[in-house]
Amino acid sequence: MKRFLGFVKKEFFHIFRDYRTVIVLFGMPIVQIMMFGYAINTDLKDAHIAILDQSKDEITTKLTQKIISSGYFKLNANLSSAQDIEPNFRKGKIKEVIIFEENFAKKLKKDGTAGIQLIADASDPNNANLIVNYTYAIINNYQVELMGKQQIPFQIKPQVRMYYNPEMKSVFMFIPGIITILLMLVSAMMTSISIAREKELGTMEVLLVSPLKPGLIIAGKVIPYVFLAFINAITIILLGQFVFGMHIAGSYFLLMMVCLLFIITALSFGIFISTVASNQMTAMLISFAGLLLPVILLSGFIFPVENMPLVLQWLSYIIPAKWFLIIIKAITLKGLGLAYIWKELLILVGMTVFLIMLSAKKFKIRLE
Amino acid sequence: MRTILFLIQKEFIQIKRNKAMLPIMLVMPIIQLIILVNAATFEMKHIRLLVVDKDMSTVSRDIYSKFSSSPFYTITGSTFNNDEAEESLKKGNTDMVLVIPEHFERTLRKENKADLQLLVNAINAASAGLVNAYSVSILLDYNMGLVAKWANIPGNITSQTIKTTYSYWYNPELNYKNYMVPGILVMLVTIIGLFLSGLNIVREKEIGTIEQINITPIKKYQFIIGKLFPFWLIALFELAFGLLLGKLIFQIPIIGNVFLLFGFAAIYLILVLSIGLFISTVNNTQQQAMFITWFFMVIFILMSGLFTPVESMPQWAQNLNIINPVAYFIQVTRMVLLKGSGFSDILRPMISISIYAVLMMSFAVWRYRKVS
Repeated sequence: MKRFLGFVKKEFFHIFRDYRTVIVLFGMPIVQIMMFGYAINTDLKDAHIAILDQSKDEITTKLTQKIISSGYFKLNANLSSAQDIEPNFRKGKIKEVIIFEENFAKKLKKDGTAGIQLIADASDPNNANLIVNYTYAIINNYQVELMGKQQIPFQIKPQVRMYYNPEMKSVFMFIPGIITILLMLVSAMMTSISIAREKELGTMEVLLVSPLKPGLIIAGKVIPYVFLAFINAITIILLGQFVFGMHIAGSYFLLMMVCLLFIITALSFGIFISTVASNQMTAMLISFAGLLLPVILLSGFIFPVENMPLVLQWLSYIIPAKWFLIIIKAITLKGLGLAYIWKELLILVGMTVFLIMLSAKKFKIRLE
Repeated sequence: MRTILFLIQKEFIQIKRNKAMLPIMLVMPIIQLIILVNAATFEMKHIRLLVVDKDMSTVSRDIYSKFSSSPFYTITGSTFNNDEAEESLKKGNTDMVLVIPEHFERTLRKENKADLQLLVNAINAASAGLVNAYSVSILLDYNMGLVAKWANIPGNITSQTIKTTYSYWYNPELNYKNYMVPGILVMLVTIIGLFLSGLNIVREKEIGTIEQINITPIKKYQFIIGKLFPFWLIALFELAFGLLLGKLIFQIPIIGNVFLLFGFAAIYLILVLSIGLFISTVNNTQQQAMFITWFFMVIFILMSGLFTPVESMPQWAQNLNIINPVAYFIQVTRMVLLKGSGFSDILRPMISISIYAVLMMSFAVWRYRKVS
């Protein structure tokens, strides 16, 4: 036991002597959560638009004002002819052009109808869709204003309630995601690289001839990372709570235990990778291509899994992060207890056991 | 010149001999493109809807069939019990619950208006917004039809209508894949360039072979060119390979001039490789270098507008993008491939990136020391 503790101490020294990595290790969760909280969101804001007003009467000016003052749009240019549209789009300066037809107000009064054309730059299809829908809604609102006091009969009024996230803050969605990514990075990637490093530098041999059992060597390598990853998880949760006002609905204890379980799952992944990879570069590339990208993309962190093709949905079942995300969202946002998440927990435990057994089988104590 | 050629040859032999590297370099783009492009979709299909119809009238049944016939919704069931519906939301089996209260039709006829409830699971705020927008527009649509049917005063209400038509340029079918493929290509090329160059020199340092090179008469610039040129070539090859895959598998449009894109990529890669070189010179172990590279990579990619529009970010974050190389390349790749932007359209980012590349390269070369 004393030998083992000495080994763990050595690993800690290894990590903490490299102050740059330590700074990144502890700085990363803070920077990422700040970025997601403040910088990155999918809400429409200040989309640059251009207006081609061929009529320039009171109604079109008023509508233009309404659109610009909505906060969603920012007027970038007033175009004078339809030929200017294409070059402006190509320069990437604007996302939408609003075209009022000639004699707009006159036609509206006389014929009872007048036309507006919206052209969106759909090279970003989602954004284009949003922009058109928002513009449409503003024009519709104005239309209702125009109709004035005319009462519309038989109105169906939908009352919308947003469950679990009434203010629709995207940061709450991202916090569980960041926890997942960081735990995966610190646990799986760092351990796989640190074990591969011993192999590459040849110090693994030194460890293997020592009286310490191979299992204990690996455990000793892994324990410091459990510790670091756990601190990271707590940092993110605290930041989410105190900086962004995330309310943790469920039990803290359960949350911590689940984080610990996931750290162990990720670590067993890292150990498995290190049994396959012989040098750090390979370990890094495998962790990157095999772990981080699927974690970011297939876990439902940014993109909802339900919208993916079936094959990818099946693929997502074997990704531990997906189950962890489900659990962590259930605990933090929905406030659910064990009764709702035991299935997902069992899956994670099963995966961990499987990975550890697999790596134990693949782990070679002899040199090639 | 001959020295450089030999160095380049040495690098290529090393890359070739590394058994894991080549497959990863060839397989990674394929897997990334196929998985990422299919996975990265915000399109809402199959919104799982649970209906609580307590009214059981003609109107409520009509509303039900409006939703069930929409391609966006999959009706997972119906119940009369509110608790059961909430339970289903909790378990995550449903994305939205539509509650039509008792006497809905009667209230609608009598009081001219009636309420119904939409309960949306808003954990994913972005998709909740979309779900909400779709549902409200379906209801509005139905409501308009109903008013026309019941009220018999069509001319009166539609006295002054503004007719809004819209068209989506460059991607009329709103195919999200067209948007994602160029972005993912950029990510791929950047990852390859940054990681290969960032880890390579550090590796020589860590293993100790850098000393052997340092004592030879090879000049600083020769060594750096010899190191970086192979990666520059590999990254450009990856871009071509990825572009070909994108064209063959996803039929992405290539409207602009491909050579223009490669010209930009050539300069961009010099920048990326210089950043990698810089990381290489300031770190001592591969683990350190990898970690720092990864850290910047994530920030660069998330801020670049790959997944979320740059305009939605606050001004300070947009200003930060001036030093984000990925943002430039993503913007230009999308402009050239999807919109056919020409040389004059991308001149500004081109100049910025060239200056940036020169600065970064000189900085990295200056920082690199032959003596340890």
